[in-house]
Amino acid sequence: MSKYETVIGLEVHVELHTKSKIFCGCSTEFGAPPNTHTCPVCLGHPGVLPVLNRQAVEYAMKAAMALNCTIGDVSKFDRKNYFYPDSPKAYQISQYDQPIGLNGWIDIEVNGETKRIGITRLHLEEDAGKLTHVDGGFASLVDFNRVGTPLIEIVSEPDLRSPEEARAYLEKIRAIMQYCDVSDVKMEEGSMRCDANISLRPVGQEEFGIRAELKNMNSFRGVLRGLEYEQFRQGEILDDGGVVVQETRRWDEAQGKTLSMRGKEEAHDYRYFPDPDLIVLHIDDAWKESIRSTIPELPDARQARYSEEFGLPAYDAGVLTSSKPLADFFEGSLAYTKDAKAVANWMMGDLLGYLNSNSLELSQVKITPQGLGEMIGLIAGGTISSKIAKTVFKEMLESGKLPAVIVEEKGLVQISDEGAIKQIVEAVVAANPQSVEDYKAGKQKAIGFLVGQVMKESKGKANPGLVNTLLAEVLNG
Amino acid sequence: MSITVKDVQHVAKLARLQLSPEEEAVFTEQMNAILQYAEKLNELDTENVKPTTHVLQVSNVMRDDVVKESLSQEEALLNAPEEEEGHFKVPAVLE
Repeated sequence: MSKYETVIGLEVHVELHTKSKIFCGCSTEFGAPPNTHTCPVCLGHPGVLPVLNRQAVEYAMKAAMALNCTIGDVSKFDRKNYFYPDSPKAYQISQYDQPIGLNGWIDIEVNGETKRIGITRLHLEEDAGKLTHVDGGFASLVDFNRVGTPLIEIVSEPDLRSPEEARAYLEKIRAIMQYCDVSDVKMEEGSMRCDANISLRPVGQEEFGIRAELKNMNSFRGVLRGLEYEQFRQGEILDDGGVVVQETRRWDEAQGKTLSMRGKEEAHDYRYFPDPDLIVLHIDDAWKESIRSTIPELPDARQARYSEEFGLPAYDAGVLTSSKPLADFFEGSLAYTKDAKAVANWMMGDLLGYLNSNSLELSQVKITPQGLGEMIGLIAGGTISSKIAKTVFKEMLESGKLPAVIVEEKGLVQISDEGAIKQIVEAVVAANPQSVEDYKAGKQKAIGFLVGQVMKESKGKANPGLVNTLLAEVLNG
Repeated sequence: MSITVKDVQHVAKLARLQLSPEEEAVFTEQMNAILQYAEKLNELDTENVKPTTHVLQVSNVMRDDVVKESLSQEEALLNAPEEEEGHFKVPAVLE
């Protein structure tokens, strides 16, 4: 047991996938040539007026509701002032004291225990531009395409007590955003980003310790490793009787450690004030309800339903519902087979195993829910053996062909013809007198070898059940 | 509540402005004068007046999520102090 308790709060930024920017009609498309999606509004030219994108507001409301936030009746926009080349206006339009959502929560599960994590607020704001440092760090190249992309910032309460909990929280936020269809939520592409506040305090102490703010954790693994490192670093300082400096630190993935960025004494003083270019939002009950009705079944509800409706263990249901494409695939397969457990097993074993070991997303492989469902039907109907199914499955991943087509093309149909199998069995028995003798002498293992030989002779296509029965008949007959 | 030289230095730093000691003195005086002028507003009784964030009595003005044509890269960069490979090029500000 550690002497210290870790306290973590996360600030998560999620890019909303509107077609146009939050305050102008420029495209939010990713990957365009630099500075081709800008206009006088997002470039911050004098005299222009921002006009709010209704879709961005509605996505933010939807996300806030899905996180169990209360939606404010009145919401407004404020200017957050700072000078940095990524911001052409020298301020970011954000929300200060009247955000879209307040006082929410989500449940996370770590080591089989469910824990409720508070969400302080969810507000809407605009993204900044992208800087590339050049000339040995003396100059920056600025691309303003991303400026004005709508973002929501989700601020958690300091309720997380370990890096694992932080990771589980982040994964749950991602899943909920994905289910709500408000964002692509890809950490690697920057459409979901995470900063963390982390401090340590002696076990039993009520008061929080001095915290560090952690930035630049660009993957789920990065968040876990960055927080683990910081937990270790602060523990060492406290062990030596030192004091943690309140500061911003950057996670350096390559070095595997956090580095100081700036002290809090130079902390930004953002001088928030209401943006006079934008007018207030009144969100009435009718508007709230029209958005609430668009929220689909969320991960927790779906997980519970999978356990109830299909009898899946909680763990399986949790894995399958952890991402929307995975859950949709699962349910899609059930249109072609009734064996939910078999679908779950193939997905959690062969499918996720393949995706993980090749670092692929579900959308990058060609297998279809129909393919998996029908393949399970072929196994159940005795057309192919489970062993052959592995080959068929691999082929489906790569070609996307339906299993019946693959079986036909590759001649993989299981041999269930007794006469044909008996022929092979007899040939194998005749060719392996030693094993037959061993078996008769009581060595049960010998039969395994003979089964293996029959399967090999049939190129894996013999029905294993029939092989066993026929072999026993021949040996004992 | 009056402005000191320290406040002026702080605001200048936030605004990335470099002021001479003479300028700091001038601005301290001017900012105090501005605040004193604004102080006059405190003479009014605003007990029953709601905070005003906007003079227009309208709300919920929004646009549909429709993409419009953007400026060309050449047009976007017309005001760039320097440019390189389609980017604005500026002195680095390191945090």
